[in-house]
Amino acid sequence: MAAFSVNGVAVKGIACSVPKNKELNVDLNILTQEEIQKFIEATGVEERRIAPKDLCTSDLCCEAANKLITDLHWQKNEIEILVFVSQTADYILPVSAAILQDRLGLSTDCIAFDVPLGCSGYVYGISIIAGMMKASGLKKGLLLAGDTSSKLLSKTDKSTVPLFGDAGSATAFELDENAESLQFDLGTDGSGYKTIMINDGGARNRINSDSLIYQTISPGIERNACQLILDGMDVFGFGISQAPKTVNKLIEKFEIDKDNINHFVFHQANLMMNKMIAKKLKLPAEKVPYSLKEFGNTSSATIPLTIVTQLKDNLGNTSQSLILCGFGVGLSWGTAKVSLDDVVISDLIEI
Amino acid sequence: MEINAFLKNFADILDDTDAALITQETVFRDLDEWNSLTALSLIAMADEEYDVKLTGDDIKSSNSLNDIFEIIKNKG
Repeated sequence: MAAFSVNGVAVKGIACSVPKNKELNVDLNILTQEEIQKFIEATGVEERRIAPKDLCTSDLCCEAANKLITDLHWQKNEIEILVFVSQTADYILPVSAAILQDRLGLSTDCIAFDVPLGCSGYVYGISIIAGMMKASGLKKGLLLAGDTSSKLLSKTDKSTVPLFGDAGSATAFELDENAESLQFDLGTDGSGYKTIMINDGGARNRINSDSLIYQTISPGIERNACQLILDGMDVFGFGISQAPKTVNKLIEKFEIDKDNINHFVFHQANLMMNKMIAKKLKLPAEKVPYSLKEFGNTSSATIPLTIVTQLKDNLGNTSQSLILCGFGVGLSWGTAKVSLDDVVISDLIEI
Repeated sequence: MEINAFLKNFADILDDTDAALITQETVFRDLDEWNSLTALSLIAMADEEYDVKLTGDDIKSSNSLNDIFEIIKNKG
């Protein structure tokens, strides 16, 4: 059972960035107005931020990192580890973390690597960076997480386009012996790997002359083999059963009193799914923030984006306990209890 | 598990469909109101009321509401 804790590492700050370019779901022509209204009611997604062609996840994360470093008054040469969590890296190789090390002007002594996880990636990323810092004594670290999923979608696929938005984030960690322990429950069920996937372009199915041919899957769903497949029904079934399980596992393992948790921040998948998860966990509505309406599902950025846009005013100059829970592509999930003590939350950046 | 209670639960997830149209033989896919979102409501109902995880394949392979009822019964 992958439940464990890491002592002596503190979260010092969080920053997020989104593209300025806004798309409204009411403007979509792949759905009828009636379908759109029902879609919005069920999923809660009204607007999404969509990156123009020349704006990548690494660019969004780079801006967020620079802003956060400035707001924290950190020196760049103090940062000894950079982890980039994304499924929309700049290139197949090399890792974007290497490019970001140079772009951000970090020391060449800095450890830098990518983690290609999605919806569970933020929680996994925290566990990786905190675990490595604790084990090796690295003093300062940056977790960059986000996706520009819009680049992976077929514009003629009504099952994906209205859901996904683009965003990047940066989270700063520092060794601090007084920090409350970070607690985790992580898991994987690869039997569901086909639920959310892109078929072609990797090593198993190299991109070939057929990869870019559009196929009609069902009315309103046309895509090619290099674009995202989302099996909404299976994702939904997975989310409503697995998310409450992993949160309960963490709560039982570490004997957490739910009343002492200030906020429960879930991956923003869709409102109907998230409300059901909150209901099964019997969480009071005021403790469960949402950023779905304005930003949609931004993959590994949903949790920091929800914190920055919905909780910023709550978190300054206080000490608060949060439970964070991400679940999705893999299938993979992670829950963490994180204490935010006098944490710096930067203003949302729009690029 | 009882069929009439299941049919009532199914009727409850619909907004604009006359509950009288909901019978064991109803081909749910042919209902005007049926779409990918109602499918999610059905998965949610099976989870909430019967603690059963319906998959996309379960729904795709079913025709009548009785088919769904039998799947839930067998999984429960």
